[in-house]
Amino acid sequence: MDFNEEQIQRYSRHILLQDVGVEGQEKICNARVLIVGAGGLGAPIAFYLAAAGIGTIGLIDGDTVDLSNLQRQIIHFTEDVNKPKVLSAKEKIERLNPDVKVITYHKLFTSENAFDIIKDYDFVVDGTDNFPVKFLINDACVLAGKPFSHGGILRFDGQTLTYKPGTACYRCLFHAPPPPGAVPTCSQAGVLGAIAGMLGTIQAAEVLKYFTGAGDLLTNRLLSFNAKSMEFRTINVHPNSNCPVCGKHPTVTTLIDYEQAVCEIKR
Amino acid sequence: MANYNLDITHEHCPMTFVKTKIELAKLKSGDILNVRLTEGEPLQNVPKSAVEQGYNVLSIVETETKGVHIVVIQK
Ligand SMILES: [Zn+2]
Repeated sequence: MDFNEEQIQRYSRHILLQDVGVEGQEKICNARVLIVGAGGLGAPIAFYLAAAGIGTIGLIDGDTVDLSNLQRQIIHFTEDVNKPKVLSAKEKIERLNPDVKVITYHKLFTSENAFDIIKDYDFVVDGTDNFPVKFLINDACVLAGKPFSHGGILRFDGQTLTYKPGTACYRCLFHAPPPPGAVPTCSQAGVLGAIAGMLGTIQAAEVLKYFTGAGDLLTNRLLSFNAKSMEFRTINVHPNSNCPVCGKHPTVTTLIDYEQAVCEIKR
Repeated sequence: MANYNLDITHEHCPMTFVKTKIELAKLKSGDILNVRLTEGEPLQNVPKSAVEQGYNVLSIVETETKGVHIVVIQK
């Protein structure tokens, strides 16, 4: 593709990088990324991917903006309260970078629609806040051979892992969702707003590294941090031959909608 | 092996090297790009950045116009 004068200016700081350059920026501009969840993680992910010029961004989220979201979901503004999150996010993305094509799905990501939606994308980003959908994203991507970025935040902690076919998946590390009763209840499940930005931008950087080939992805490495001590660590992980979905004798061969803890349903 | 020309005398840092990279991206390996630039910052930075990013700077020649040079870069 030939960049026009505006695009050369807009993407100049990427073009200057040896590891991105003109070729890398072209790959970014041709990329199609699905972000599951337009909330705390989805907001910075969508912002940075849009700013970077990702060609097509898909956004799936069934929620509408609530006042309690604004403490961390920075793509939504006060006047967006009650608006579908995907619509609010699409409006901001288009204002940030009109080059980006945004496709919205104002619905839940479920076992019924997962394969049909992810098939149109090159990479999937988990920006959700509940275990059932995290496992659903993992299983759908592993079974479809689709790379994805797992991300999770709670209180002051964040963790992320990048998956490419053949590397350790989320289930290799965590076999199944915790039972609904074991999930922190509403009163326990606060989150420091800025943590969403910390983790979401790491996930966005992984997406850009994936498409440009720059550096080493967080594949077979789980990165976690705690913002109170501000300590980051990565632990090496590896594909688990007993993994229920990518192991030698998989028991998960179709998609499952796990039960969601009651207080996770209304956030 | 083809020869191309690029004039960045009207550009400022860092667009000088951005424009150079845009042109180099269109070339085939071995092709030559003659980059016309002004002395000072562009002359200091463009050849240095080109070398850092793996291109060959074959020569730097002064032109008849005062303060304007041609940097010959091979992809
Ligand atoms: Zn696995």
